[in-house]
Amino acid sequence: MPMLELQDVHAYYGNIHALKGISLTVEEGEIVTLIGANGAGKTTTLRTISGLLKPRQGKVYLEGEDLDQYKAHEIVYKGVAMVPEGRGIFAKLTVAENLDMGAYSRRDKKGIAEDLERVFELFPRLKERRNQVAGTLSGGEQQMLATARALMARPRLLLMDEPSMGLAPVLVEDVFDRIMEINHEGTTILLVEQNAHMALQVAHRGYVLQTGEIVLGDTADGLRQNPMVQKAYLGME
Amino acid sequence: MRHTLGQRLERFNYLDVVLWLFRIGIIVVIVWGTVATILDNPYSMRNWIDLLLTGLTQGSLYALIALGYTLVYGVLLMINFAHGEFFMSGVFTATVFVAIPLNEAGLWNRHPIPCLLLVTVVAMAVSMAIAVLTERVAYRPLRRAPRLIPLITAIGASFFWQYFFRGLYGSGITAFPTVQALAGKWTVAGLEIGKTDVVVMISSILLLIGLYIFVMQTKTGKAMRAVSEDKDVAALMGIDVDRVIVITFAVGAALAGAAGILYAMLYRQVNFFMGFYPGLKAFTAAVLGGIGSVPGAALGGLALGMFESIAPNLFLEGLGIPGANQLKDVVAFTMLVLILMFRPQGILGERLAEKKA
Ligand SMILES: Nc1ncnc2c1ncn2[C@@H]1O[C@H](COP(=O)(O)OP(=O)(O)OP(=O)(O)O)[C@@H](O)[C@H]1O
Ligand SMILES: [Mg+2]
Repeated sequence: MPMLELQDVHAYYGNIHALKGISLTVEEGEIVTLIGANGAGKTTTLRTISGLLKPRQGKVYLEGEDLDQYKAHEIVYKGVAMVPEGRGIFAKLTVAENLDMGAYSRRDKKGIAEDLERVFELFPRLKERRNQVAGTLSGGEQQMLATARALMARPRLLLMDEPSMGLAPVLVEDVFDRIMEINHEGTTILLVEQNAHMALQVAHRGYVLQTGEIVLGDTADGLRQNPMVQKAYLGME
Repeated sequence: MRHTLGQRLERFNYLDVVLWLFRIGIIVVIVWGTVATILDNPYSMRNWIDLLLTGLTQGSLYALIALGYTLVYGVLLMINFAHGEFFMSGVFTATVFVAIPLNEAGLWNRHPIPCLLLVTVVAMAVSMAIAVLTERVAYRPLRRAPRLIPLITAIGASFFWQYFFRGLYGSGITAFPTVQALAGKWTVAGLEIGKTDVVVMISSILLLIGLYIFVMQTKTGKAMRAVSEDKDVAALMGIDVDRVIVITFAVGAALAGAAGILYAMLYRQVNFFMGFYPGLKAFTAAVLGGIGSVPGAALGGLALGMFESIAPNLFLEGLGIPGANQLKDVVAFTMLVLILMFRPQGILGERLAEKKA
């Protein structure tokens, strides 16, 4: 049974038909990437999985369970965490408080303390700045915080929306290294990226989204060799 | 940033000039009145200190009520104009069903502390219940409506509860039984101060500190702050946003309920309309402190209480305005208008983005 499965999902904003029948699967332990141009519907797909948006038609299954009956905050308790687009950190809360909120769904104090150590190992910068108000962090640090905060939920499935956006090239490498590390430790990842080049390097498989429809789905290698992907998303002629 | 003369002229705005003249006018009036009063010197130092203490007592009540406005505004960006009725409903009910029967049974002055605690708990519980009900029935369905609509609904809810309780307990003034133990005055460092005033101030301060700790330290308090920043992202943390909103209303109303009892101890009467002015004043205090800010509400409440207590005697009288000390409300609401005109973000509110820059 796949970790995550979308079957013919249609989602709307008012009358705007943003997702026109998305079907995809993510197996346990995988990194799957979703690439596509601006406005293709990548964020909308993640919002539909996390329950912020309910599909008007079609189903989202998490380990075979239909998520339709659950509200967004309940889906977190099922083991799904998200790094939202544009980071979405709580700017007025401190770094430590943001991380507390990441662990909001948990009761196991000991496990939370362990995970706090672990995210501080992954992102030592955050440890130095734990009492700083998050809004005053640099863009890159905010991105680290958004990722660290999602990890504090100890998710089984991590949804990441453009974690490399707005980062300097050195930092981008760093972020993708972290993503691989998180995955090696056993977290399944659905990664939305515009940086198709990097995304296809870390992912096992990928899907290409165009104006609300999946036009291609293949292994990462397969996509890298695909002339259409090379032309449209990897900037090769 | 530097601008050429041409750019400056382009931005020249007559409204700004009028507003500046208006500001200068107000300052001149205040200074003029104050100087006149001081030269005339009709009051002793003792009088001023008495006014200040009255203002502080009143202000600490405004602060307690103002927190309800500010907390709800923080999470929903909504002015809950029914908050004054949350204040009234608790103390009115507790007076009718608890305080008066206890007094008639002769227990009120025999065991004042347990009795006062009991009425306070009942008042807080009733205020909370009314608040939670109002949120559930009147506000929640409008969560996604344009902001004007919940505002109008809140005004409707305010009238509804006023007339609901008028129908329930009558339109007359009901006496809140006097607490004999707190009837007199204490002399502290040569100053006489009413025992009730002291109790009101200390209780308010303890409640304010308690609330601050709740908002800053507890998991639910942090969740409240998270919800006030971004509801979608809060939900992605596993926070039940609706539940946090209900808790916010309940906490604000609990403070209003406690404030109601303190108010009744001070003025010894309750009626269905008693929430209106304190509600509006507390709203003014919340705006003064910077709506959405918890320390702002506390500061705004104290500042408003002292200002409206002292201002009439300090400068209205100097201007030769008759019956100046009955103009407290005029002073307070003039202040509201002035803040909204000149510093809508209040004392501690965040600076709004400079639109013209
Ligand atoms: N809140 C909204 N209201 C109306 N339309 C929306 C809303 N959010 C997104 N859309 C529309 O839905 C479509 C998909 O948007 P989405 O945000 O999913 O794109 P995306 O692939 O994430 O793009 P980007 O790479 O720019 O983040 C777009 O046409 C967008 O205009
Ligand atoms: Mg997007």
